[in-house]
Amino acid sequence: MSTQVPEEKEQSETEQEVNAETEAEISEGASYGDQRRDQRDAQRRQSVSGAPADIEGESFRLKVFRYDPEVEGKMEPRFDDFAVPKQKGMTVLDALIYARDRYDTTLTFRHSCRQAVCGSDALFINGRQRLGCQTQISDLEEPVRVEPLPHQDVVKDLVVDMEHFYDQMHAVEPFFQPEEDPDGDLEEYRQTRENREKIKMSTRCIWCGACMSSCNIAAGDNQYLGPAAINKAYRFAMDEREGENMKEHRLNVMDQEHGVWRCQTQFSCTNVCPKDIPLTEHIQELKREAVKQNLKFW
Amino acid sequence: MSQSYNRGLVEDFGRWREFTAGMWAWIFHKFTGWVLVGYLFTHIAVLSTATTGANAYTDTIQGLESLLVVRIMEVGLLAVAVFHILNGVRLLFVDLGLGLESQDKSFYASLVVTGVIVLASIPTFLEGAF
Ligand code: SF4
Ligand code: FES
Repeated sequence: MSTQVPEEKEQSETEQEVNAETEAEISEGASYGDQRRDQRDAQRRQSVSGAPADIEGESFRLKVFRYDPEVEGKMEPRFDDFAVPKQKGMTVLDALIYARDRYDTTLTFRHSCRQAVCGSDALFINGRQRLGCQTQISDLEEPVRVEPLPHQDVVKDLVVDMEHFYDQMHAVEPFFQPEEDPDGDLEEYRQTRENREKIKMSTRCIWCGACMSSCNIAAGDNQYLGPAAINKAYRFAMDEREGENMKEHRLNVMDQEHGVWRCQTQFSCTNVCPKDIPLTEHIQELKREAVKQNLKFW
Repeated sequence: MSQSYNRGLVEDFGRWREFTAGMWAWIFHKFTGWVLVGYLFTHIAVLSTATTGANAYTDTIQGLESLLVVRIMEVGLLAVAVFHILNGVRLLFVDLGLGLESQDKSFYASLVVTGVIVLASIPTFLEGAF
């Protein structure tokens, strides 16, 4: 055993050398991407050490909905005001984080990716469902009013209970179910370019729940599948690789009292979707497909 | 989760300033639809006075038409009917998937056309009412 130790050490030293060499090589022949990364790092270092890039002397009022069933004095919902210094490029999520870090660590909200990808920070901002991380403070009227998504129960502060939304999403079997597998083991499922284009927008859903929250029909009918789930169904029903039988099955799921027919074309969902998915259009198309299927006598 | 808070529907109507075109179109369509249903029943009631004789019918109609409030309500009825028809056509296009991008503009257009038709009808409806 004892002899192995120096050997190991030797080995790791060599490895280190190799690593150092590679690093040197990289920085010598730095590609455009590397240069960009270096610049970014430098900027980051600067902004960490220097003062935040506040816009001179300007601050704005952030009104945030507060509620906590477990804390005396917060059981009755209320709004709290925070004065937040304006920064260039500041988003509502940045402002909330600022308020939480500087003023009140109990301020609760969901967020993760900060780039409109995870869908966890859909909020009701100045009377409209939007993603906190996608909404610039400079685009909003002041004071900026932030509330949890309407039509969902509030668990705490800005956090709503998404359970029902997820249930509706799962109800439409949101997964790919092709009728037959490709021949070869590792062969890919082929789809035509046109078909891909057709379903492209519908694949962009990030499960944020903004559309469902904006829909009055969904608010009044708990069983209504809602725009996001129907869009999910559209994504698969229109995918040519799933085959005719599966499409029929999917249309049957949609062609129900609480399925596509509940949509009253208010366009609220289409208006608020942060991924610009033409939800109403998709719902209407599924309605037409369902009618076509019912009228098919051959 | 121990407890959660439901803000309820009441709050929704307090937000009417934030409603979008599609939402207003929906509200107006439902409202005008119910008004038209209500009118049809009144219409049947008035028409059925004819079963008791031609004079009874004429008297009823003349009596009603001599009232200023009825004349004004007729203008309102025209407004309601025109909007309902125009928005119905708009919804037909929506159902067919035509012009979905301009659904809000077509709603505003229905409002404008309704306004113009109603204004143009006022001389006819209110003629001799004063
Ligand atoms: S359809 Fe749009 S608004 Fe609805 S959950 Fe998906 S991304 Fe969010
Ligand atoms: S934090 Fe991920 S979508 Fe906003």
